Amino acid sequence: MLVRFRNVEDDKGGFMLQIRNLDKRYGTRQVLTDVSFDVLPGRMTGFVGGNGAGKTTTMRIILGVLSSDAGTVSLGGVPLEAGGRRRFGYMPEERGLYPKMKLQEQLVYLARLHGLSTEHATRNARELLERLGLGERADEPIEKLSLGNQQRAQIAAALVHDPEVLVLDEPFSGLDPMAVDVVVGVLADRAAAGVPVLFSSHQLDIVERLCDDLVIIADGRIRVAGPRTALREQHATLRYELLTSADTAWLRDQPGIDVVEFDGDYALFDATDDDAVQRVLREATARGAVLSFARQHPSLAQIFKEVVQ
Amino acid sequence: MTAPTAPSLQTGSVRLVLLVAQREIMARLRTKSFLISSGILLLLVLGGIIFGSVTASTPDNPRVAVTDTALLHGIDVVDPVPVDSVEEAEQLVRDGDVEAAVVADSSNDLGLRIIADSTEPRSLMLLLSQTPPVELLQPDAVPGGLAYLVAFGFGIVFFAAGMSFGPTIAQSVVEEKSTRVVEILLAAVPTRVLFTGKVLGTSVLAFAQIALIAAMAIVGLTVTGQDELLVGLGAPVLWFVVFFVVGFVLLASLFAATGAMVSRQEDIGATTTPVMMLVMIPYFLVIFFNDNPLVVGIMSYVPFSAPVAMPLRLFLGTAEWWEPLLSLGVLALTTAALIGVGVRIYENSLLRLGARVSWREALAAR
Repeated sequence: MLVRFRNVEDDKGGFMLQIRNLDKRYGTRQVLTDVSFDVLPGRMTGFVGGNGAGKTTTMRIILGVLSSDAGTVSLGGVPLEAGGRRRFGYMPEERGLYPKMKLQEQLVYLARLHGLSTEHATRNARELLERLGLGERADEPIEKLSLGNQQRAQIAAALVHDPEVLVLDEPFSGLDPMAVDVVVGVLADRAAAGVPVLFSSHQLDIVERLCDDLVIIADGRIRVAGPRTALREQHATLRYELLTSADTAWLRDQPGIDVVEFDGDYALFDATDDDAVQRVLREATARGAVLSFARQHPSLAQIFKEVVQ
Repeated sequence: MTAPTAPSLQTGSVRLVLLVAQREIMARLRTKSFLISSGILLLLVLGGIIFGSVTASTPDNPRVAVTDTALLHGIDVVDPVPVDSVEEAEQLVRDGDVEAAVVADSSNDLGLRIIADSTEPRSLMLLLSQTPPVELLQPDAVPGGLAYLVAFGFGIVFFAAGMSFGPTIAQSVVEEKSTRVVEILLAAVPTRVLFTGKVLGTSVLAFAQIALIAAMAIVGLTVTGQDELLVGLGAPVLWFVVFFVVGFVLLASLFAATGAMVSRQEDIGATTTPVMMLVMIPYFLVIFFNDNPLVVGIMSYVPFSAPVAMPLRLFLGTAEWWEPLLSLGVLALTTAALIGVGVRIYENSLLRLGARVSWREALAAR
């Protein structure tokens, strides 16, 4: 059954992608256990997990190229049937296009397979190629492109049919920093238009910079799912960095303070409460000039390690 | 939030199948190897026809000197050269102006004598000898040599199409697997659509190539004046076309399905060999046993050999009117059933990258 969605240009509210209770086993190996999370319209959702944690399997099930043993994937509250993903944009982990087909021709073909008219498909392909810096390569076969350009072509293939849902498996791997910025821009535009965007990546710094929501998976189970800011709050600690003009050895004797790192005039410490923090600051200013006093936010990498363990 | 509506996919499926088939055809037409091999095939057919016309055209009749043209009464394959005397005839033979001479001679029962230079002119002797009339109680409808030619002709067309286009479709399926593009395709269209489109595209190409060759053969034979070969072939050829279309779709489906079981071009042979055998064995059976009514009779109902054997029987006039219909029905049912099996193998194997998919896994119900 083909599912037709509202035109996202009419209003900015697209449909929510809901993943509920997915189970999948390969032979005797359980690869997904009760996987559930949401991908909200208009938001970028980062999907993070170690190798073999189940990211690709989950994405394949969302796209319907793999069947799950149990659970549902629904869009706007309607469970997706086979063939109901024609308005999805997908970038598989295993990259590949027809090596001998010309770039633009191939994009037009893929867009038409997704239901676009030839004119519409051609227009979209041209626009995307220009935006991704591949305009001059339009008539070259894929096999003649450099690896970085092949990667951009792959992103174009996922976007060429104006998808209303985007699922991208490692869209940034193999891209140089400039290309990452271009792709981030393209994806952010789609999200701003109300498209739910799910992307996986092992480059946690990019995920941290880019995502609104975060889903962390380990051993086939969802460990954390929710807004990135909330996750940060949740994992925030009272860890501070202090740099003074004098020695900071006195910190060790302060009540409610646990020194993590110490190097003469520099110290990194955890405090049990805000009062202890303020006491340290007063004491430090009394003993000399405070050059730096800052709270340390946990990086995504730290949160990830903490959550996964 | 309003729920998405769900319109029918029916018309869309046909459009998608045609789109996939179109890409398949265009991709093939752009490969140099396909164009070159098609060109060579056409040249071979044309060359064969021209060669046939050159060798078959009758050379000039031999010149024979005669003292009395009545001696050669009823023989029109020699060029009589009238002479006045036996001496003059002998002179012409010695000079090599004529092959031989026939002169009146009342000293034997035939009333004539042949004069030749150094060897006996056997063909002339046979022409002048008397043969008693023969009455055949059960004459062969078709000379044996011609039956072999027709069997060979139908066989080689079906065999060549199966052997050249079969592996092509298997390679095309493996290409999509090995380049991983298949995952994008499957996210866009149902497996059945992809399978049907690929089989359709390859079949159309095969039919077009065969039709081109057939048209070329007919025009060539007519132009070179050998069109008597075409007489009596009309109905069997039409049946052959019908059987070929159904039979080729059967082969193409099997090649597509077995191709999907491997991930690398090098491994294609491992799974397509059984299908290859299904093309080759019937071909050789029909060629070798074309004069054995029992074998040809059985082969005309076996789906893999029916496209060759049934038109052959129709040409030989050994099939009842209902037999091709029955055989075609068997073939069509087998094709439908095996397409079902093919789609299942294809679905089960397409995303299984790496090691070859076992037959058990490929055939397992989902």
